[in-house]
Amino acid sequence: MNKKMLMTGNEAIGEAAVQAGCDFYAGYPITPQNELTAYLAKRMPEEKRVFVQAESELAAINMVMGAAACGRRAMTTSSSPGISLKQEGISYLAGARLPCLIVNIMRGGPGLGNIAPAQSDYFQATKGGGHGDYHCLVLAPGSVQEAYHLVFLGFDLADQYRTPTILLGDGMLGQMMEPLIVCSSPACRPGREFVVRRKRLPTKPWALNGCQGRGPRVVKSFFMQNELLEGHNKILQKNYAQIKNKEQRCEQLYLEDSSIVLVAYGSMARIAKAATAALRKKKIKAGLLRPISLWPFPAGAFEQLLKKKKKLRFLVLEMSCGQMVEDVRLAVNGRAAVDFYGRSGGGIPTEEEILKKILHRG
Amino acid sequence: MKKAFTRPKSLRDVETHYCPGCGHGVAQRLVCEVIDQLGIRGKTIAVCPVGCAVVAYDYWNFDCCEAAHGRALAVATGIKRVQPDKFVFTYQGDGDLAAIGTAETVHTANRGENLSTVFINNAIYGMTGGQMAPTTLLNQKTATTPLGRDAQREGYPLKVCELLSRLPGVAFLERVALDSAGGIIKAKRAIHQAFVNQLEKKGFSLVEILSPCPVCWGKSALQAQQWLKEEMVKTFPLGRYK
Repeated sequence: MNKKMLMTGNEAIGEAAVQAGCDFYAGYPITPQNELTAYLAKRMPEEKRVFVQAESELAAINMVMGAAACGRRAMTTSSSPGISLKQEGISYLAGARLPCLIVNIMRGGPGLGNIAPAQSDYFQATKGGGHGDYHCLVLAPGSVQEAYHLVFLGFDLADQYRTPTILLGDGMLGQMMEPLIVCSSPACRPGREFVVRRKRLPTKPWALNGCQGRGPRVVKSFFMQNELLEGHNKILQKNYAQIKNKEQRCEQLYLEDSSIVLVAYGSMARIAKAATAALRKKKIKAGLLRPISLWPFPAGAFEQLLKKKKKLRFLVLEMSCGQMVEDVRLAVNGRAAVDFYGRSGGGIPTEEEILKKILHRG
Repeated sequence: MKKAFTRPKSLRDVETHYCPGCGHGVAQRLVCEVIDQLGIRGKTIAVCPVGCAVVAYDYWNFDCCEAAHGRALAVATGIKRVQPDKFVFTYQGDGDLAAIGTAETVHTANRGENLSTVFINNAIYGMTGGQMAPTTLLNQKTATTPLGRDAQREGYPLKVCELLSRLPGVAFLERVALDSAGGIIKAKRAIHQAFVNQLEKKGFSLVEILSPCPVCWGKSALQAQQWLKEEMVKTFPLGRYK
């Protein structure tokens, strides 16, 4: 039984979290994601789940660590400056191999920046962000509906790989309203894929719930002896290799015959999609590659494209001064031209600007 | 013959890394004795701090969670809120609880979280080699106050029990000292009370334990105990604060 509703991205993420079985939420107010916290302040108690307004982002992420250590699905949400504050906790979560979902509704930076939509936290999200050798799984929704779906996927992947997972949206996605199909029965959330995956999720034999009838458990990221820490890091790296191997996700549009490929994620990809259609109308063979998983970066899709076609040109579009473009260049590895066009601080590349960039270069 | 004195079941039979004359070993044993007496080992989850007690989970025989420096009470909040039927306590030093984690301490107490905290105040940073703590006494020499703590320069020793006593969410506050056999018995009684309060859902309880750190104080074990008894208690008066 599906219900069609009109919801903001922020609210859709909140509703999806409730439906995905999020037991614990802690957050601290920050624009442009306040509707998400307010939505959960109302919905979580209705479902007898825990909602805490923390005294800071530091406290919020560490409260999530506590709930996650008990094996519960836990989530925190924030926007760029708040996510910077959470980085210490995220490093500990990654080190202690605790699953959780962290939502970043990005705004302009650096510093206090502004509250306009931006994509300038790509480096922070995909390259670790805190101290130590680690990655978070990073998913980037391009619509309100997809944000809803990726919350389910994000919680599942976090549990499957025992890793903190980041849902990376931007202020535009968080604030805009779109029709959303909400699934009211567990069997259709969102689709049968979810049900099948859920059944395969591992149990949590590490969860802290008191040592009654078993030996004590410890959740930690501290390994004093060098060889122990190196061994622990090798386990983490093995896990990351598996994720890289199995969890690359992207959307591909018109790529079979494209000679120019636009690469964009999230809200930026919506404009890139319109630009692609406009270029096709002008008989220019343009296509779109939209990464959905930012880490792991869908390098495999680039590999396939480059294998099939010798002469290709990539144009990477971002609401930043150029961050994802580095991963595109690594994936392409000199085999094709990679151009970049981006704007920051609330500036958003328009369809006209994209067309100009392509047609001007010709 | 009846065995009159044994190791608590909650305390593993291992050697600790604590320095000679340190109070941590005593305080951690007291915690274990109380947990055994209350019969709550099977439902206990402890949150260990960053500092000298960072590996308390190697000594304690119950579930433990690590926390980043200063964040023990936030982690404990997460644990307790999803498992209100479990017994959750934090064990924190002065740097952890009263410097880097002051916000977490004040706000967890102010929310009246149903948690218990064992706060070890030894007026110094032990693990990092004897730097000034928020609770370092005036004129006390440390690695970062080589001429002694000067109120004009470094401010005053932070009095946690006095500070928290004004908050309505706090159920119990007591300051005790590991300065003698009598002091140790009183400390155990206070820990017992703080733990029972949680079982009775009374809200936030904290026991501040003045504890010797002979190595970082530059004293012998005996001198350290003397200094604790004669000097430290002047700045940190013992007793029930709430």
